[in-house]
Amino acid sequence: MDFNGSDTLPGPRTGDHLPHTAQAAVKIVIVGGFGVGKTTMVGSVSEIRPLTTEETMTQAGIGVDDNYGSESKTATTVAMDFGRISITDQLVLYLFGTPGQERFWFLWNGLFEGALGAVVLADTRRLEVSFDVIGRLEERGVPFVVAVNSFPDAPRHPVRELRTALDLAEEIPIVECDARRRASSRDVLMTLVRFLHSLAVTGPPR
Amino acid sequence: MTPPRRQRRYPRHEPPPPGPGKQGKQGEAKNPERLYVVAGADEDGARAALDLVTLIVARADPPPSATPEQAALLRLCTAPLSVAELSAYLNLPFSAMTVLITELITAELVQARAPIVRQAVPDRSLLEAVMHGLQRL
Ligand SMILES: Nc1nc2c(ncn2[C@@H]2O[C@H](COP(=O)(O)OP(=O)(O)OP(=O)(O)O)[C@@H](O)[C@H]2O)c(=O)[nH]1
Ligand SMILES: [Mg+2]
Repeated sequence: MDFNGSDTLPGPRTGDHLPHTAQAAVKIVIVGGFGVGKTTMVGSVSEIRPLTTEETMTQAGIGVDDNYGSESKTATTVAMDFGRISITDQLVLYLFGTPGQERFWFLWNGLFEGALGAVVLADTRRLEVSFDVIGRLEERGVPFVVAVNSFPDAPRHPVRELRTALDLAEEIPIVECDARRRASSRDVLMTLVRFLHSLAVTGPPR
Repeated sequence: MTPPRRQRRYPRHEPPPPGPGKQGKQGEAKNPERLYVVAGADEDGARAALDLVTLIVARADPPPSATPEQAALLRLCTAPLSVAELSAYLNLPFSAMTVLITELITAELVQARAPIVRQAVPDRSLLEAVMHGLQRL
């Protein structure tokens, strides 16, 4: 971009500014396989126009001879969209719709380590696309809830069956949602935060 | 029709997830993630200190010596903005953003407000505040 002599700098729209009193932020990540509705959910609850942060990475040429200083590397850009919700004058919540391919999660330092928790979006037409991300969250010890997106032609399974299929412990909430609706997405976030609160009362599992 | 079933991935025979900082060269070869590197990031460089949701606030107007990027950033964060938002508005990759901000912190031109991160035992009053905030949405 051109930084010089521009007086129409891209920036927050009026109303997208945080108050000066904003002291700290927390984050929640929205994960799930390809096309399950992550971007839609971020957009429906965000109070600002959803934004995108990018990271560029290089992939070391695999199976290619590494000549000194001339490794074949390809640069790839991975994008992640996010939104924001003001909690109080001091506290802000950010929501990140993570890249569908979890092998790129590491690009954003602390994305998962620092997150309060995660929402796993699942599409019952392709439940298996969410299996990997659930495994990753378990490995990292990130608490999560599962939100099943109500796509019109999607098979409907009783929660008990979904719990078995996803191999989830009894206490992990599974809820239905329509990621396009703000109230529905908000309820999913509420379910997550209530679940995190219950962990605070009972202590983390182990 | 019954849905497909997930196979648990663990316990797996692989080293524990790498902590912040050092990644062993060995691990890099085995872990598929480590076939990728963030472009332009050095070993344990500036990436470690700034989170996506660290809030950045300008402490001063851009000095005459400021680069165009620095000046643009300082004008953007006269009110607090997260590193992620700055990266989006300035159209700079996250790692490049952290380098730029780190320079400005060193020059005492911006202040960084650290995020609240997940604790082993969650902070109940924090979560209650978040619930109230969501209810108002
Ligand atoms: N019926 C219905 N459609 C939805 C819902 N959520 C998302 N969609 C639609 O599904 C499509 C994919 O949604 P996205 O939000 O782009 O999915 P994503 O997870 O961000 O996709 P990738 O970033 O490509 O992995 C869009 O056409 C949405 O309109 C939902 O809850 N119900
Ligand atoms: Mg998306």
